[in-house]
Amino acid sequence: MHYTTAHEDTELIQLLTPDGELREHPDYPLDISAAEVRGLYRDLVLVRRIDTEAVALQRQGELGLWASLLGQEAAQVGSGRALRANDMVFPSYREHGVAWCRDVDPWELLGLFRGVTNGGWDPNEHGFQLYTIVIGTQNLHATGYAMGVQRDGALGDDGTAVISYFGDGATSQGDTNEAFNFAAVNNAPVVFFCQNNQWAISEPLERQARVPLYQRALGYGFPGVRIDGNDVLATLAVTRRALRSAREGQGPTLIEAFTYRMGAHTTNDDPTRYRVSAEIDEWKQRDPILRLRAYLANQGMATDTFFAEVDTEADQLGERVRDECRALADPEPLDIFREVYAEPNSHIDRQRADFAEYLASFEDAGVTEGR
Amino acid sequence: MTRTEQGAQEFRLPDVGEGLVDAEILRWYVRPGDRVEVNQPICEIETAKAAVELPSPYAGTVLEVLVEAGTTVDVGTPIIRVGDGAAGAATGSDESTSGQSGEEDEPREKPLVGSGEKPAATQRRRRRPAPTRTEAPPREEGRDGGAASAGREASAASNGGPARPLAKPPVRKLARDLGVDLREVTPTGAGGVVTREDVQRHTAPPAAVPKAAGAGETEPQPRPAGDLADREERIPVTGVQRHMASAMVDSAFTAPHVTEFLQVDATKALRAVRRLRERPEFTDVRVSPLLLVAKALLTAVKRHPRINATWDDENREIVVKHYVNLGIAAATDRGLIVPNIKDADSKPLPDLARELNELTETAREGTTTPAAMSGGTITVTNVGVFGVDAGTPIINPGEGAILAFGQIRDLPWVHKGKLAVRKVTTLSLSFDHRMIDGELGSKVLRDVGAMLEDPEMTALAWG
Repeated sequence: MHYTTAHEDTELIQLLTPDGELREHPDYPLDISAAEVRGLYRDLVLVRRIDTEAVALQRQGELGLWASLLGQEAAQVGSGRALRANDMVFPSYREHGVAWCRDVDPWELLGLFRGVTNGGWDPNEHGFQLYTIVIGTQNLHATGYAMGVQRDGALGDDGTAVISYFGDGATSQGDTNEAFNFAAVNNAPVVFFCQNNQWAISEPLERQARVPLYQRALGYGFPGVRIDGNDVLATLAVTRRALRSAREGQGPTLIEAFTYRMGAHTTNDDPTRYRVSAEIDEWKQRDPILRLRAYLANQGMATDTFFAEVDTEADQLGERVRDECRALADPEPLDIFREVYAEPNSHIDRQRADFAEYLASFEDAGVTEGR
Repeated sequence: MTRTEQGAQEFRLPDVGEGLVDAEILRWYVRPGDRVEVNQPICEIETAKAAVELPSPYAGTVLEVLVEAGTTVDVGTPIIRVGDGAAGAATGSDESTSGQSGEEDEPREKPLVGSGEKPAATQRRRRRPAPTRTEAPPREEGRDGGAASAGREASAASNGGPARPLAKPPVRKLARDLGVDLREVTPTGAGGVVTREDVQRHTAPPAAVPKAAGAGETEPQPRPAGDLADREERIPVTGVQRHMASAMVDSAFTAPHVTEFLQVDATKALRAVRRLRERPEFTDVRVSPLLLVAKALLTAVKRHPRINATWDDENREIVVKHYVNLGIAAATDRGLIVPNIKDADSKPLPDLARELNELTETAREGTTTPAAMSGGTITVTNVGVFGVDAGTPIINPGEGAILAFGQIRDLPWVHKGKLAVRKVTTLSLSFDHRMIDGELGSKVLRDVGAMLEDPEMTALAWG
């Protein structure tokens, strides 16, 4: 089976089976109310809807690119809801579900993919750094930030934990391995959250690693766990514990969320060229939303009315995303010069003046200085 | 999005893959009259990167499908028109967008993010050249001077006359190498840019079109007559000559050539030729020294197969051919052509002689087929017929080596320790140094030389 490179004794932490049955785990007791579970369900559905809309917008020429999270909703929402307000997230570029949990508006994410901004949100306001396109560098940034937290003495129960998101492909990067080692020897309060979605673009996991990814942590000297990344409850429970451990000064944890990228790597990619549909069919059986819905229904924790309301809310959100995306303002060509240095700079000023002159040389020149 | 008429909206082909310029419409899922919803898949397209479905940005009724399935169209081309019907989400956002653009009368056409170049109608033209950068604070005179000099080229362009044509540097170089004047090339690139294909098309022989009929289109425009016009002659480069030019440029500027020379005492080879002519199996064919050179080369290839190879740049591979299609360079009235003898290595000498005769006859009559000229693996050229000793031949494109064979003439030569008058010729071997090093090239050349010096010892003549 292509499903795993893991050894036979690999432990996968799972609290909710694909059929929607709850299985308690002695190390990870679940302390969660019915309302919270319904909240998680709503998050999953809305996040998927945002993603679907963004893919469509790209196909309609409204976005230059989109990296779909389809299939990874539980890994993102489960870990995102484990965070506290003080915590700091260092995302890769696919963490739209985590962004949602950090109250970043979906259309703020779209600006980057529409090419109208280089950022899109205030990282400090949301405790959610800007997207990182370069693979694996954010693990170093997160480790450095975590060491800063340490030096600020901002640990303890009301302190800050740092979490970094990356994929299976990033584990082959030097940056990631350097970050693991730095975090370990400095006992940095950071959680390395690896969404192992089995494919680094077209490179399958068996060409990335000889041992299960979570076991890497042992070599650096901190704990590593593998969770069912399509199980939002297991993800929530395990991430909560890892964050708490970081806050309490216990050092880093590696979480390998075993999941699957159901769509293309990005809208530029055609996965049918390198993977078989049987694999996708297999993973459809483990859909994160269906199992939570089954659990809610079976336990009588939610009614059909609730599910219908969530669906309606999702459609409204989809339309909102569409409208907000189209309404995103294009930046003024000269704005870029303002964002190079915090202080005035004569070189930049001259370049800016030259460029303004150049722009003014067009026949239907409509560009003016400033905004 | 584009509003065309009351209530109708056109969907232009987006760039779905960051920097793609076109896509093929594979199939339509909808037909005129069908009702579509926002995000409903309307067609499947295939780009250089992927086959993907396009979802409709509009809700409404399909009025017209503007591009047939199976057609490749540029990004930005309208592909479908959808009528308003019931207003969908898209209409609502349309209103909000035009509301934003405020005082503009016409609905503002917002370019799609990923659509690459905008249609020509919306392209902006430079009104005047960009001012050159002035280091000093702008002084009026300095400024004017700078603008004037920078503007020379551009003002020529705005005259509408034969200004400097637009082309990228590699294309300019190609044109220069082929002797093509870019001003004579019809540009097909976006914004009137001359593309590589345009230059190549310009140099290509007018395929199968009678010369007179094709002449008007493909021949260069007559140049303005100058003082020298009656003392110079301009010969249009067409057909075989043009092909030769581009083949030689292709080869000479992609394969690093090395040429080695070897003088050979061919006295015994000429004797062998005479004796062969007397043999019954050669009664009806012409046996020439070239036949022995060809046979010697084929034998050398057998001993050093890697001389008979192709450089596959794309795959970073050397393709060694275990067959030899032996090219023979032939000077014809129309120019140089290089037909080849297929599987020459497996042919007995009489058959090789016969094919060599036929090939040169056909070439002389001008009836060589394109098939006879393609697929060559290694070539011999007989420069001796022109009365010269040696040359530095250019490898036929796609091959690894070419052997030139000079004239055979009486020369003083040390033979068996004494000075004697012998029949001496010079062999020149050019090879592609990307895949054939000096050692291999020298071995091949030495082997050919040794076989010509003593054909009977090497059993060459009887092979």
